[in-house]
This record gives sequence, C-alpha cells and structure tokens, in this order.
Amino acid sequence: MAAPPALEITGLVKRYGRTTAVADLTFTAGRGEVTALLGPNGAGKTSTLEICEGYRDFDAGTVRVLGLDPRDRALRPRVGVMPQSGGVPGTAKAGEFLRLMASFHAHPLSPAALMERLGLTEHARTPYRRLSGGQQQRLSLAAAIVGRPELVFLDEPTAGLDPQARRATWDLVAELRAAGVSVLLTTHFMDEAEHLADRIVIVDGGRVVAQGAPAELTGAEHQLRFRARAGLGLDELLNALPDGSAAKESPTGHYLVEGEVGPELLATVTAWCAAHGVLAEDLRIERRSLEDVFLELTGRELRG
Amino acid sequence: MTVMDLSPRPVAAPLARMVAAQTSYELKAMLRNGEQLLLTLIIPVMLLTVFSLTSLLDLGEGARVDFLTPGVLALAVMSTAFTGQAIGTGFERRYGVLKRLGATPLPRSGLILAKTLTVVLVELLQAVVIIGVAFALGWNPSGHFAGAVLAVLLGTAAFSGFGLLMAGTLRAEATLAAANLVYLLLLVLGGVVFPLSKFPAAFAAVLELLPISALSGALRAVLADGVALPGAELAVLAVWAVAGLALAARFFRWE
Repeated sequence: MAAPPALEITGLVKRYGRTTAVADLTFTAGRGEVTALLGPNGAGKTSTLEICEGYRDFDAGTVRVLGLDPRDRALRPRVGVMPQSGGVPGTAKAGEFLRLMASFHAHPLSPAALMERLGLTEHARTPYRRLSGGQQQRLSLAAAIVGRPELVFLDEPTAGLDPQARRATWDLVAELRAAGVSVLLTTHFMDEAEHLADRIVIVDGGRVVAQGAPAELTGAEHQLRFRARAGLGLDELLNALPDGSAAKESPTGHYLVEGEVGPELLATVTAWCAAHGVLAEDLRIERRSLEDVFLELTGRELRG
Repeated sequence: MTVMDLSPRPVAAPLARMVAAQTSYELKAMLRNGEQLLLTLIIPVMLLTVFSLTSLLDLGEGARVDFLTPGVLALAVMSTAFTGQAIGTGFERRYGVLKRLGATPLPRSGLILAKTLTVVLVELLQAVVIIGVAFALGWNPSGHFAGAVLAVLLGTAAFSGFGLLMAGTLRAEATLAAANLVYLLLLVLGGVVFPLSKFPAAFAAVLELLPISALSGALRAVLADGVALPGAELAVLAVWAVAGLALAARFFRWE
C-alpha cells in the first residue's frame, strides 16, 4: 500500500464566532514535495496550518496528516512546526533552546551543526529576546527540523529576513526536499513559492482559488505589453485581433494584449500602431508571472 | 558548509529523558531570573534575619527565630509554587511557549511533571539556605520532620494549583500584578512573620483558613511546638490543594 499523502484536507471549515476563516478548503500535499500555501492576509493560511498542527478544532471537513488525525500524539515526533513568531522564552539562550528541542528526540540533528549552518553559532549564548528578527526566525526554523521530522509546517519562514538569510532558508528547504522531507509552507512571496514549491495552492477568503505546479499556474500563455500615450481607442485593434484575445490599458499609458501571442499577433499589433502613429515603447512579450495570476485571482484591493 | 543528513528519522526520546531535559531547562531559567531569586531566597532570608536579630516585631513568648523559621519556610513555598510559577507560566503562555512545546513530543503531563519537579527542587534549595541561616541564628526545632514535609507537599500542591489557575486564565500582565499583590497580602495576613494572635479574634479565625496561614501554622505546630500531625491545618491545606488543582485542570488555557 502506498504511504498516505503528507496532508489531505477535504471540505475544511473553520469559524471564529461569525467570521469564517476557512470555507470549504480542499487540497492535498504530496509526500516528499514542497507545497506552498499562497494567499493575501486573512486568507485562512495560518488557521489551516494550525488545524494541521493539531492546535485548533475545526467546524467541518476532514484533515489527515500523514494519514492520521492531526491531534494524534503519534504525529508529534514526525512533524516539525515553525510558528509565525515567538514560542521561545525571551530569556532562553539560542543554543540552550535548540538543545532542549533536540533532547525531545531520539535521533536529532546536531544542534551545533544546525546553528552553524544557519549562521547562529556566534549567537549561541545570546538570549532569544536579544536576537534580531531574522535570527529569531532562523532559530525557530532550526527548532522545527532538529528532530528529523517527516513533515514540516513552516508559517512564513522568510518573513523579515534579509536576502542572504532568505537564500539560506531556501537552500535548506530545498535540501529537506532532497532528503525526502515533505514541506508545507505559507508565504506572501510569489518568487518564494515559484522557486521552492512543487505545488502551489492559492487561497483567498478561506477557499482554494487555484492550485498546481508553478508552470501549470502561470500556463504556457504569453502576453504582450507596451507603453504608449494614454487613452488610445482599442476597438479597432480588438477587431483586428483573433477571437479570444483581449487588449486593455492598465494602468494609464500601459497596454496589455493577451491571447494566442505569436508572430502574427505581434504583426497585427505593430501594424495597428503604425496606422495610428503610435510609437510602442518597451514592447515586450513575456510569460504571465505568478504575480499576474495571483492578482488576477485575488484582486488588487488591499487586505486588512 | 556543513553537510547534514536531513533524512527523516522521527523517534521521540524516552519520557524520562524529555522530563529531565525540560526540568533542567526550567531550573536554569528560574535560577537565572533575578526577580525570581529576590522572591524565593533574598526576601525570606532577609525577613528571617532582620526580625530574629531585632525586636521590631512583638512575636510573643519564646525565641524569635523559633517563631519566624516555620513562617519563613511557608513563605518560601508560596513564593516558588505560587508567585514564581504563576508569573513564569503566565509569560510562557503569552509568548506562545506552551503552544510550541505542545507541538513537540513532550506530552502535557510531562511538562506539568517537569514544572512540579522544578518547584520541588527549588524548594529544597530554599529549605537548605533558610534552615542553614536559621541554625546560625540559634534555631532550635523540635518535632517530626515527616509532618513538616507532608505540610510542605500539600502546600506546594495548593499553591501550584492556584498559581497555574491564574497563569492559565489571566493575561500575563494581570498575572504579574495579581501574583505579587497576593504574595504581599498573604505575607502580611498569613501568620508568616506577624502572629495571627495580633489580629482581632474574629478576623484571625477567618485568616486561619488561608492556605499560607494553614501552612505556616502547620509548620509552626510541628517545628516549634512538637505536634506530630497538625490535623486541622493539614485538612485546610488539603481542601485548598484539591480546589486549586481541580480549578486549574478545568480552566487552564494553553494559549
């Protein structure tokens, strides 16, 4: 029998009073894969993670972690957890805390080696509250993996990290994956999800709005962009384009053409430009970025 | 760059090792904390020394140190099991430490056991220091130590129960304020250094029902008066212990 998936969530609902944080969420995270939960603030990412970690009850649906109920104590040594912040006593010294976490496991990683790997060796005797935000994040990540878990939950692992520390974290996640560890992480960063994840689950309003491998989400579709004077009438261009194409000005002075972007479409657009005396600046053809997909799915308004 | 074998090998350590590690961590944290040491050692030793060597307080018949030592021992138990534990656990809860420990293989029962062991070990340290100072001041105890140990255990259970109840229900700042206020009130009203006989009789009868009065009364009955088993005081302590632990078990919130 094949091992059950790292995580299997079906129809998950979580309410806090009248607020519905998670509304009918369904997705699966495969064994040995990195799955990124991507979504705006308040999308229900942390609630979902905390349910998987066995911290929270939920109102409906089923959740299986490595095939078990998330509250099953048998999961504790098998699952590593990195909360979004805190969880370490302010007076605890970094090295001391990591050794304590290691002592709960029979075959832990060497705390000293892990500290060195994450650039924390010189801070081993520094109390947690005196570490920088980035150092606290890295210690927290170290604590999540020191027990050599099968599955790790990382809640915004690179929030507040400088580019070097962010890179070091990415490398470690990639190494975990290579070693056969399953990873579920939440993030706001598109590039992080695109770079690290085998599978991206985009959530908004407590629901999955899209999921797939990064390349599946961005698709093979190309788009054509250029800048020109504001307020060009696009009707004539639209008529000239093949069916299923779209053209719009967004934002002002920036034009976007989507559809079967090929040599002919490019010729059509430039012919239209020539006919209207338009000099298209910065004309380029590119793949849709994950950010385009994300904003398209989740909208552009700011979230609380 | 260090190469590490990150491949999964998830096995929990044996429970005894987890509890030992957590206890040793908590002990270090407690002994490192300056405010905590002030409460657990400095204030009790100071009260014992100052009031033994001066006649600032009217302590009735007998050697002053014989009256003071049992009260100060009771105060030491309260400071560790109640005040220290309430404040420490309250902030652990506030900073998500309890929540995080909940995700480790250390079970909650193991955490509670480690906290209890820590309290008992700190109390032992306090007892050694306070009794040493008391002997130096000419303390002359009598009675069976077994009765005193029983009183201390019941007192520890009662104070731990209420300390954890406070830590697990109030905000950390509220716990900090309330635990210190209760400490101060019970220090003054609980027969620790001021004899209850100095209060009006009706008021004293009520004060005798406080856990600190019951503990200092029981210790004084054994160590100063040579009573084998101070039944009334032990019964009062037992009621507080059951009530405190039951309420903590019912209402404690881990986050």
